[in-house]
Amino acid sequence: MELLTQPWSWWVAGIFVGLTVPILLLLGNKHFGISGNLRHICAACIPANIKFFQYDWKKEAWNLFFVAGIVLGGVVATVWMKDPNPIQVHPDLVNDLAAVGVTQIDGLVPADLFSWDSLLTLRGFVLMVVGGFLVGFGTRYAGGCTSGHAIMGLSTLQWPSLVATISFMVGGFLMTHLILPFILAL
Amino acid sequence: MENTAFNQAAPAETDTEVYSLLDTSANASDAPQPWWHHLKYTLVGIFFGITFVKAEIISWFRIQEMFRLESFHMYGVIGTGVVVGAISVFLIKKFKARTIDGEPITFTDKTFNKGQIIGGLIFGLGWAMTGACPGPLFAQIGTGALAVTVTLLSAIAGTWVYGYFRERLPM
Repeated sequence: MELLTQPWSWWVAGIFVGLTVPILLLLGNKHFGISGNLRHICAACIPANIKFFQYDWKKEAWNLFFVAGIVLGGVVATVWMKDPNPIQVHPDLVNDLAAVGVTQIDGLVPADLFSWDSLLTLRGFVLMVVGGFLVGFGTRYAGGCTSGHAIMGLSTLQWPSLVATISFMVGGFLMTHLILPFILAL
Repeated sequence: MENTAFNQAAPAETDTEVYSLLDTSANASDAPQPWWHHLKYTLVGIFFGITFVKAEIISWFRIQEMFRLESFHMYGVIGTGVVVGAISVFLIKKFKARTIDGEPITFTDKTFNKGQIIGGLIFGLGWAMTGACPGPLFAQIGTGALAVTVTLLSAIAGTWVYGYFRERLPM
């Protein structure tokens, strides 16, 4: 039981994440790519005559069932497999966060930054609303996210996916080192 | 005739995540399956969501540690994932494996466009802010971080705005 509740190592997780690729292919020739769902949701709910959203999203409904499973997986892991110990965070990160008043580090998501209360602060609003917007805009502009490009694209040896993955990382490094310190200080 | 509209839109399609637009032969001939056929993907999603949470892939802290080079964890997860995925795809191609329903498994090559760089950079900025790519956003909500629904809705809005301005953006 302890094996299930303690945090899983990177290689166990990597194997499971990697296996998602052939499992989806074998179940129905489905191609792993989660951010496409954001487009399907737009196509289903608010297509507004925009050409990009004029397609038969029902043909992609399997992917919406897949992400519904991801939400349920989050519930299962939290309700029945929760690690009783606090999450381990690198001491340098703990110190840097404490300097900007982020001291709750017991959850997977820092409640000081991502919560209803935080949403009403400038810092929380920028992180949640602007950050989310960039994720949705950027993934669709890039034609995929970490799953579609980094995992599925690289697994099928697509060099444009390597370009995209490198761009994701460069964007992340730029934000973390050059911009995020200012946002966290808001 | 809705199909005509699809054919017109198809040449400009740069997004490989609407597979029905790319490979019209894939599953095109079969009758629509009842909705409960999709539940098998929900099961895979549950398995995948549990992995997300238990390996702390959805942790904002792990993503920060990755970009601050303070932890190997995320590099290990993604690296192992790619290796396992690549070996699996190699075997599927080599043995011409079919789906459990006996259909052929098809692949479509991605073509390069500027969006992979510009959009990729924009996503990277957002990734480091929210500590989540689209998949983990869904899993975080499942763990009870309900405020993340705001981030998810904003991501959907971002996708919509991209769709609105798409033809005016560099490609």
